[in-house]
Amino acid sequence: MYQIKKKKILNPTVVELHVEAPLVANKARPGQFIILRVDEDGERIPLTVAGTDKEKGTVKIIYQIVGATTKKLSAKEEGDTLQDFVGPLGVPTHLDGLQNVCIVGGGVGCAIALPIAEALHEMGARVTSIIGFRSRDLLILEDEFRAASCTLRVMTDDGSYGEKGNVTLPLKEMLEGGERFDAVITIGPLVMMKFVTLTAKPYGVPVTVSMNPIMIDGTGMCGGCRLTLNVDGKKITKFACVDGPDFNGYEVDFDEAMARGRMYGAFERHAYEETCNLYKKEVQ
Amino acid sequence: MANMNPKRNEMPTQDPLVRAHNFDEVALGYTEAQAIDEANRCLSCKNMPCVAGCPVKIHIPAFIEKIKEGDFEGAYGIIAKSSSLPAVCGRVCPQEVQCESKCVRGIKGESVGIGRLERFVADWHNTFVADDPVRPAQNGHRVAVVGSGPSGLTCAGDLAKRGFDVTVFEALHTAGGVLVYGIPEFRLPKAIVAKEVETLKKLGVKIETNVVIGKTLTVDELFDQGFEAVFIGSGAGLPNFMGIPGEGLCGVYSANEFLTRSNLMKAYLDAPHTPVMKGGRVAVVGGGNVAMDAARTALRLGAEKVFIVYRRSEEELPARREEVEHAKEEGIEFCLLTNPTEILGYHNPDDPRDPKNGFVTGMRCVRMELGEPDERGRRRPVEIPNSAFEMALDTVVMSIGTSPNPLIKATTDGLTVNARGGIVVNEDGLTSRPAVYAGGDAVTGAATVISAMGAGKTAAKAIADALLDA
Repeated sequence: MYQIKKKKILNPTVVELHVEAPLVANKARPGQFIILRVDEDGERIPLTVAGTDKEKGTVKIIYQIVGATTKKLSAKEEGDTLQDFVGPLGVPTHLDGLQNVCIVGGGVGCAIALPIAEALHEMGARVTSIIGFRSRDLLILEDEFRAASCTLRVMTDDGSYGEKGNVTLPLKEMLEGGERFDAVITIGPLVMMKFVTLTAKPYGVPVTVSMNPIMIDGTGMCGGCRLTLNVDGKKITKFACVDGPDFNGYEVDFDEAMARGRMYGAFERHAYEETCNLYKKEVQ
Repeated sequence: MANMNPKRNEMPTQDPLVRAHNFDEVALGYTEAQAIDEANRCLSCKNMPCVAGCPVKIHIPAFIEKIKEGDFEGAYGIIAKSSSLPAVCGRVCPQEVQCESKCVRGIKGESVGIGRLERFVADWHNTFVADDPVRPAQNGHRVAVVGSGPSGLTCAGDLAKRGFDVTVFEALHTAGGVLVYGIPEFRLPKAIVAKEVETLKKLGVKIETNVVIGKTLTVDELFDQGFEAVFIGSGAGLPNFMGIPGEGLCGVYSANEFLTRSNLMKAYLDAPHTPVMKGGRVAVVGGGNVAMDAARTALRLGAEKVFIVYRRSEEELPARREEVEHAKEEGIEFCLLTNPTEILGYHNPDDPRDPKNGFVTGMRCVRMELGEPDERGRRRPVEIPNSAFEMALDTVVMSIGTSPNPLIKATTDGLTVNARGGIVVNEDGLTSRPAVYAGGDAVTGAATVISAMGAGKTAAKAIADALLDA
């Protein structure tokens, strides 16, 4: 069992947990993920590592309450335990040799983008961060990003904070203005990563995207997390759990990935409502 | 007095039409009377050809002799000396090509039902004997086992019985490997696997779940922690796909994923936490035991119609005869000499938000015929021109084998693998790294439970010899 050492509510739907898992804390690097189960018979969900504390042996995860499992997870408090917590899985984000990088995070994806920005900042790279949210209420980690970035642009869809608009606006503006990034690293909703990739394409900047497909084992056994890459005109199948989660944005078939992400949509909505009803009953 | 009936005792089974709708075990097992009657068919041959056919060398005539005497626990004692998982082997071993294929009674009639007798003995023990196994005196040597599937559990069990301090590292949350995520409940009840794992724990084997060797810890770190030898039984790994258009559609699964969702994650329950697509029309592509398991699971999950799509003919089906027969009895349709060329999906050009977009609607296939034999002597399937046709489907399960998992290879310096990614070992199971042994699918690619157990056994002996001699 894996104990929750610290819990912090970042916004009404986003929660930060520090979970005691010394072996994982000892190994995890930016870009890698863990898989957890909240309780016996629960589903296995992958969550990207948002930070580690090797001395305390804890792993930080930041997640959004979107379905039944994250709802159950949000009911756990400090001192409670999780059934399973395994990792670190996947390949760490490739950062070697990068000197001038644009990090583009969207929503809860910013939680995963932050350790990458911090690692680059520590390496002495010039970090430009663009973080986007639907509205001011959902903003997270602004101060942390500011500390790790030379330039920070905060965007909201409704203009309730920072600048109004999508994250692609400042990216396009900077690239247009002659900014020569070594790489754009983007983490967030699939549709955002797709458009970040399209925005960067005319300028020939390498784009790394962090894929977060449905997974079960996370160790290269089930193949559920597969995605299609278009490499030199050929379609090839890759597995996000062992080949990723980072991929070359120009190669990823985003439309297929988005459709696959919706595969259990109806089931998930139903399960989420059931879980919410259970908690409501408990409260009554 | 030997029973000279040329026919063996039939295995009682659940009625096909009933079992097609439940996950209870198909085969029900012999009664005591049936077991003794079947045991009496054994001629107790002096040269014991059956033992030569057993990958773990169970002393078959000796345990059958005990059954004849009605000493079922005595029979169990004999099996347990050679096998760490008798209740499992009695169910999933392909005995017809192993021990039973060598049985003298098989020359003029049917061979002795050795597998059925093994299962009877193991079940009898598990039902009536509560004694914990005696924990042997410890020899102080520590061994790490990677993976808790059949090879790992066998290796761990054999070493523990000889007094080694064994820790098994399992990546998933439950021990058992393919026995729990792959083989379905109706063929191998999970309670039986759990019982065998409990028996090993009572022998002193420690099992650490949620540890991925190659990620959480490396093989080198295991040595740093004081383990003196490491056995890698990490299994086959990445599922293969055909590389045809449409394999990324919703409703296309690898057999591994489909079975894992149903078995390990219990998607067959009424209100599961992990979903799987149920019902509708399902095609399973492939002809091995895993394909049969997937097809029969789909049926039990409520499919209207299940097809096995295989490019060769019935004769070449790699699955066990018994599994093919069971599948047919349950109503699974075999589309033989048929090869998929494309999986078709729904696409509404007018409404990108149509919830059906991206889901499977069917599969385009071509008819095949068998041509000249290939280098392995199997007749090569050749496409018949202009034979394309479409099947209407909701779910497609690809069951066309696996490729070795890259995790351990990538993080273990000096570990030699072959062109197909399998770990290279010598006859003792020793890899290119000193004190690192391997066995099972990680070495051979997808194979049987019992061959993996045989490899675990061989490595356990080599590890014991190496550490005790040193």
